[in-house]
Amino acid sequence: MANSPTEKSKAPLVTPDATPLTTMAIVAPALGWLIPGAGHLILKRWGRGVLLMLSIVTLFLLGLAMQGHVYKPNGGDILDMLGFVGNLGAGLLYILSRVNDWGPGAIAHATADYGTKFLIVAGLLNFIAAADAYHIAIGKKP
Amino acid sequence: MTIELTHFSAAVVFAIFASIVFGITQRNTPRDMVRYGLYCFAMFVGGVLVAGWAMWLIRR
Repeated sequence: MANSPTEKSKAPLVTPDATPLTTMAIVAPALGWLIPGAGHLILKRWGRGVLLMLSIVTLFLLGLAMQGHVYKPNGGDILDMLGFVGNLGAGLLYILSRVNDWGPGAIAHATADYGTKFLIVAGLLNFIAAADAYHIAIGKKP
Repeated sequence: MTIELTHFSAAVVFAIFASIVFGITQRNTPRDMVRYGLYCFAMFVGGVLVAGWAMWLIRR
């Protein structure tokens, strides 16, 4: 009998189109989050890795130079919480900025708000870059 | 070090770097990456110009 409970239990748990979880599929996005572009570099996508690193690091450093605000972990206003999540995406850059207390709390001049947005977007772009590194690692993208 | 960019230059700098990341991550071949990156850049800067003129018209 084709649909008996015994036969069902013998069916493989992995569907044919499921991708196997390799070490690189974990290491590449994790490293890519920690150091922007490093996920692509470890997968030998040199050009893409360097361009991603330059773009994200420059955006983050410009945000700091523009006196943008670096969010701390918080449980208050929803926009502050989202700002923290965005900042956290920058990985080691965010950790460094928190350790060194970079990014003033109060906005000193008109365009400093752009700096805050640069810092958040740098983190969010790094999340996208880390996801891209994952897709390369599992073979979904060349 | 403190940098004070104008509104427009801040928007252009933002567009450059965001477009590079979008181009690399959202397309599969180098040619498509460049094309999509340029498209995103044009949309960012074009959006800024349209929004700027719209605000100018509203203010009048």
